[in-house]
Amino acid sequence: MWEANEDNLEAIAMGAGILGTGGGGNPYIGQLRARQAIKEHGPVTVLDPDELPDDAQVICVGGIGAPTVGIEKVRDLQSLYALRAIEEFTGKKATALISNEIGGSNSVEPLIPAAMTGLPVVDADGMGRAFPEFQMKTFFVYGVPCCPMAIADEKGNTVVIPETISPAWAERLARAITVQMGCVACYAVAPMTAEQVRRTAVLNTLSLARNLGDAVITARVRGEDPIESILGTCPGKILFNGKIADVDRRTTAGFARGSLSIEGLADYNGERLAIEFQNENLIARRDGQIVCTVPDLICVVDSETGEPVTTELLRYGLRVIVLGLPAPDLWTTPEGLAVAGPRVFGYDTDFSPIQL
Amino acid sequence: MFIGVDVGGTNTDAVLMDGVELLAKAKLSTTPDVTEGIVAALTEVLAQRPSDGTVDGVMVGTTHFTNALLESRQLTPTAVIRLCLPATTLLPPLVDWPGPLRDAIGGFTYMVPGGHEFDGREISSFDASKVADAAKEMLRQGVRAVAISGVFSPVNPAHEIEAAAVISRVAPGLKITLSHENGRIGLLERENAAALNACLGDVAARTIQGIQNAIRSLGLEAPLYMSQNDGTLMDAEFAARFPVLTISSGPTNSMRGAAFLSGVRDGIVVDVGGTSTDVGALVKGFPREAAVAVSIAGVRTNFRMPDVLSIPLGGGSVIQENPLRIGPNSVGYRLTEEAIVFGGGTLTGTDIAVSAGLAQVGNPALVQGLASSLVEQASQEIQHRMETAIDQVKVSSTDVPVVLVGGGRILADSSLSGASQVLRPEHGDVANAIGAAIAQVGGQVERVYSLESTSRQEALAEARAEAINKAVAAGAKRDTVEVVEIDEVPLTYLPSNATLVRVKAVGDLARSR
Repeated sequence: MWEANEDNLEAIAMGAGILGTGGGGNPYIGQLRARQAIKEHGPVTVLDPDELPDDAQVICVGGIGAPTVGIEKVRDLQSLYALRAIEEFTGKKATALISNEIGGSNSVEPLIPAAMTGLPVVDADGMGRAFPEFQMKTFFVYGVPCCPMAIADEKGNTVVIPETISPAWAERLARAITVQMGCVACYAVAPMTAEQVRRTAVLNTLSLARNLGDAVITARVRGEDPIESILGTCPGKILFNGKIADVDRRTTAGFARGSLSIEGLADYNGERLAIEFQNENLIARRDGQIVCTVPDLICVVDSETGEPVTTELLRYGLRVIVLGLPAPDLWTTPEGLAVAGPRVFGYDTDFSPIQL
Repeated sequence: MFIGVDVGGTNTDAVLMDGVELLAKAKLSTTPDVTEGIVAALTEVLAQRPSDGTVDGVMVGTTHFTNALLESRQLTPTAVIRLCLPATTLLPPLVDWPGPLRDAIGGFTYMVPGGHEFDGREISSFDASKVADAAKEMLRQGVRAVAISGVFSPVNPAHEIEAAAVISRVAPGLKITLSHENGRIGLLERENAAALNACLGDVAARTIQGIQNAIRSLGLEAPLYMSQNDGTLMDAEFAARFPVLTISSGPTNSMRGAAFLSGVRDGIVVDVGGTSTDVGALVKGFPREAAVAVSIAGVRTNFRMPDVLSIPLGGGSVIQENPLRIGPNSVGYRLTEEAIVFGGGTLTGTDIAVSAGLAQVGNPALVQGLASSLVEQASQEIQHRMETAIDQVKVSSTDVPVVLVGGGRILADSSLSGASQVLRPEHGDVANAIGAAIAQVGGQVERVYSLESTSRQEALAEARAEAINKAVAAGAKRDTVEVVEIDEVPLTYLPSNATLVRVKAVGDLARSR
């Protein structure tokens, strides 16, 4: 058990940025909202999954909508309203909240209703990284139903979907509702028992995010290499070191797709790394050879500062180090790969885990 | 002819230009009361004015308003009212401001019903009585300026405009800034910019009046223009309404001046000063704008700021041996006393440049004793840092022209990797004042279009026409106006093929205003 407070929020957000593998969007507003909620209502208890009471009712909350709308109609208390709606629908009070992903604003979204209600959050999430689509959660892969699902806007409108035939359908319906709500909504889904959380969530990812953020911040203060600190905190390796030579973006079907090409520096002089992304980084090829694919994590960080570089901030000339981190085990099973393996994203290749 | 003035932290520069010809230049120390330095610089260039010459305009770029914010000095008590309820309440106005600055302006904030959705629907109806109540409260609090923001006001400004009408009726003395008039999508950042603008009202009115009086006291009838951070001009009246737009005009002016002096429209400008070097990219003769949020005095904004990389390297950078260290310390304005070529005892970037034969200033004999290995290593490191900075600022790996300006440009070698050519235009030492003198006027539009109800061509045509009209309204000659920038950003996770379109048009200043 530990406490998420004003002092460690920056570290959590930065670590979540690294684990977000380029996705999750601009973390500024999410972090500011969490900070404000904690400032007004006090810090949030973070429970180890083992500390959950067996009869727990754990609810997953997250944001849904368009990031570009979210910087204008700044998200408010939607996740609190969605939480209340699901509690009313199930007739059962929540005992703890859980993040749907670690990456961008969604990683800290549960902290806002948690600070306001006094509920704890669980040190775990549904991805262990970020993914572009709602249904790509380990909870659903391992049998937790996503419904009932509640969606709320900032005005007081809530919609509860009691049942869908698949998580993908839940996403499709939720997105249509979200548009009518003005594109900045929150959902509360997948009521889970303690046993379900322990079995289907990626565990201890909030602590991992905090530790990664801490490692980078401490290294900067001490004048040490932040990349070494990152790799001292979690398993992984340097895939490439270089300078961004080209970024090619296009928006198709609502997703920011594209690719970047990195020219090698130092040990990688004369080589090239190409990364393709769909909001998140999906596949990395070094001189044509695949070196890392989804669901393993391909993290692009600033060479000097260790700051995570989201896909919207990629641009020519930036000096970056590309890290490969092994995916959580829950993703590397046949069931996991069927939902978030390279073939799901249209790559005609099997997943082969990075060799550390 | 036009007079350009740049008031920097250290120097106040002035130039007298007749069309493209530079008739006179002056470089003087900036004075605590900026108008004194301006008067001195104007006097010096006017002394060289041809007898038949009429001054058509005085263009001033200044960092004065930035300093007022940095020092929380002379700021107007300001309220911020946001049209948003029931949305966005968790992050009220001024939420992430540095405490001292928020206290300095009073920190009065209000949230009332109103605002719009991304597609132009109302979040809630405008409520005049709530705005009137807030205005009465502002008067009781002694507020003298107000910033009005509304959710998605760049898409639909109606509620901001209605709120302004109510406030000017209830509290006629308040100076009003509307967020949609000088900001883009991004509620907090646009609102912050509006609040910064509102709180600069008094200092702007006073300074601009002071400069106008100074111009009159020298017997000039010419109108005053102020430089904006996007490289265009605004007249004195407009500048008094939107002082926040002057922030960061210095680097912009120097890049515009460099473009003018060298004839380069697309390339890189390296402005080497005494302490630091600013590197920025020119796109069609204008500085490329920063893509990320820019902080002004610790306040996050999403302004049209030049995308400039500043590195601690300049003519006054202190050089240490064993191991070799260049900067970040600088002897600054004491260069002419402390550098070895000037008889001082501190090894500086200038000494290395002189010893390496790149420049002839001071007494070259004084650096003859420097070890050639040191000079060579230091020169290489200086070139390397400039080349790295140039490379980071470039938009592609193609070699581009590089223009060197500023007093410290002697540090740079005549060949730099990544440069197709290296240009050192004459009068590059006053590029910033020249940039002010030759500035054009512009208009900018930013709007979200749904490409389902409007074709892309129609959307672009509408945005172009509006940008051109805005430039003309700002004082441009219509036949000189051209569109210099069109930016389309498809919005992710949005239905109806929504696209953010940004168009900027600029033209030459009409002389007979």
